[in-house]
Order: sequence, then C-alpha cells, then structure tokens
Amino acid sequence: MTTELTFEPKIVAFVCNWCTYAGADLTGTSRIAYASNVRIMRFPCTGRIDYNLVLKALEQGADGILISGCHPNDCHYSTGNFHARRRWVVFRHMMEYMGFDLRRVKFAWVSAAEGAKWAEVVNTTVREIRELGPATEYTELHRKGVA
Amino acid sequence: MSALQVQAGELLASGKAEVVIGYGEGTRGRVRPVFVRTRADVSLLVFDGRCTANLTVYLAKPEVGRMGKAAIVATPGAVRSLIQLIAEHQVDPGEVVVLAADDDAVTLLTDPAALEAYAAAHPVTIPPEAKAVTESLARMSAQERRAFWDAELSRCFKCYACRSACALCYCTRCITDMNQPQWVCVAPHALGVMEWHLNRAMHMAGRCVQCGSCTSACPAGIPIGLLAMEASRSVEKEFGAQAGLRCDAPPALSSFAADDRESFIL
Repeated sequence: MTTELTFEPKIVAFVCNWCTYAGADLTGTSRIAYASNVRIMRFPCTGRIDYNLVLKALEQGADGILISGCHPNDCHYSTGNFHARRRWVVFRHMMEYMGFDLRRVKFAWVSAAEGAKWAEVVNTTVREIRELGPATEYTELHRKGVA
Repeated sequence: MSALQVQAGELLASGKAEVVIGYGEGTRGRVRPVFVRTRADVSLLVFDGRCTANLTVYLAKPEVGRMGKAAIVATPGAVRSLIQLIAEHQVDPGEVVVLAADDDAVTLLTDPAALEAYAAAHPVTIPPEAKAVTESLARMSAQERRAFWDAELSRCFKCYACRSACALCYCTRCITDMNQPQWVCVAPHALGVMEWHLNRAMHMAGRCVQCGSCTSACPAGIPIGLLAMEASRSVEKEFGAQAGLRCDAPPALSSFAADDRESFIL
C-alpha cells in the first residue's frame, strides 16, 4: 500500500449569519458539492469580524482566510458591512506594508440567495491557496521565538 | 525672561490657567516635563529644539486633571493631537489653553478655530531619516519588507514606551493587556511583537497625527511611528480624512461612505 501525501489547504471562513451563512446553507440544500477544506465560522455581522480573528487563525495554522458577508445595502444591521469594508481596506494595507502575502486573505460578498457563488468562491480560494502552498510567514514567527 | 515665561506667568496670574504643562531643564542636557503652578516657578520653563515630546499625553491623566484648568506648551504636532483629542471628545476645548511654540514664536490659542488655523499653517514635517526609510520600503518586495520589519521588531522588548508617549493611546485598558481572551501574546517574541505593533497601527488608523513622539520614545531605536503613520496615510489616501486638522471631524473608521473602494472584494 502506498500513501501519497498531498497538500490540502486549511481555509478558515468568517461569515455573517444573515447572508453568507444562509448562502452556504443554500449551497448544501441545493446539493452543490464544493471543496471540503473550508471551516466556516458564523458571526452576527461582518462588522463583528475583528482582524485579530484573522491573525489568530493564521497563527493557529490556517493556510487561507475567507471573509464574507452581505452585499452593500443588504446588511441586517444596515451599516455593519460598510464599516467592515473600511477596516478591511486599512487592514490589507497594513498587512502589505509589513510584508505579508495578501493572496491568503480573501474577501467576498455572498448573499443568502447565492449558494452557487459560495461554492465558486470556496473552490477558487482552495485552488489558489493550493498553488501557493502551505502558509509559512506567520508560523515562521512562531518558530523564531524570543529574539 | 523669555516670551514663553511671560505668557505663562500672565495666564497663572489672571487665573486663566491653574497649571502650565511645559518643558523644563532635566538631567544630562535633556529636557523633562514640568508642571508649573505658581508664577514664581515660570522661570523653570524652557523651549528649544530638544523639546519634541508630545505633552498633550498628560491631559488625559486624572492626576493632571485634578490640578485644574491647564495651559499646555505645544509643538505643532502636539497641537494636532490636541485637535484630535477634542474631535474624539477626550478633551473639552474650554478646559485647556495652548501656548503653541515653534522655533520662532509663542502663540496663545484659546479656541478650536484658532487651533485649526494653527494646525493648517504648520503642516506635518517628516524627519529626513523617516523619509529615507519610507522611500526604501516603497522599493522593496513583500519578502524584503517582511525581513525589514522582522529585523527592526526583533529589537522590541515590549516596554510600551510607544504607547505611553502617545497622546492618542488613552484607553485605560489596552487590548494588549487583556487576557480573557488573550488577543496579543504577551511575550516579546517575534509573533507577540508583530501582533502588538500591528494592533497599535490598526488602532491609530485615521487618528495618528504624525507627531513622532513614539519613534523618539523608543529606547531600541525602532522607527515604530512608521506603522501608525502608514495606517493613517492609508486612511487619508482612501477616505480623504487627515487626523488632527478639524475639531469636529468624524472618526474615520467608525464612519463610511457608500462608494468606499471594494475592488478587492470578490
């Protein structure tokens, strides 16, 4: 018996309860098969998704991050996704400034009716992260320890 | 007596201020903050090129608040941070008088409009060494930037002088001190240091007035102010809001526009 070890990326998805979580539910009830590499975390709103959660996920060995919520003007709380969008712009800029690979952190708007889009977003993310290989930048910091 | 000492003395004598927060002669040729409460002590006040620390950091301290109405000797950077503190409702504009000092003159500023006019007339000056680092960072690849910050931050031993020196780091409980849950690793190792500075930069986004206080406070000589400055510059470029110019400015990251950039969102 031979065992072939292939790299399977671990993706953590932070999604909002009202749109993307319901959208991902629709993907399942529509019997659309998609990559099983994603671990979905449900949040009340994208406005609740703190960038520290992203940092913690990377720290704990995630190879890719997917953040998704309601389209603009669709937020259950009216403006949560608008606030999140601003924060993401700055967060992405700072990650880039400190030299992290932005291709590992993806953002999407997926509504409760877009089950097919969710499958596509996950599949695309998994494919791209698989090409990038395992995330090392962040775990490298762990390894370095005290300077 | 210098013009600064004369003006400070008049403020104390007339009761327009009960304490003057300024710079005094310290040890080894350095200056230190002084809190002048009587007219006789105004001779302690000095102002010259060594006075770079941002004294508005003391306005948020309760023990300074108990000294009564304050007058503060402020560099242009400190004037901007005072404006930002007013915009964030941390300082009541009626409760503080400003002795704005630069190389040439001392100007008395008593109301928000005067502060704003002074800030507009004294734009941000970036020290040449910070400019050189910024320019070289702009030419680097992502890997080179990662290596640059890794090397710089490896000298950080988490003394939090950057936080203490910053007028806008006024939270009584900082995220880095929280342990349930613990967001930032407390140890000064590569990961904990990076997370702390990234968090500080994110919290300064749209709020950093680029006074340079954190960089000059750093005992390890890390150009740490660049991170907060970069976060603020990103806000300025994307959303057009520059910190420290208007006393009624809305908080940049707690407001939004319907047409904010979203080209990066799938």
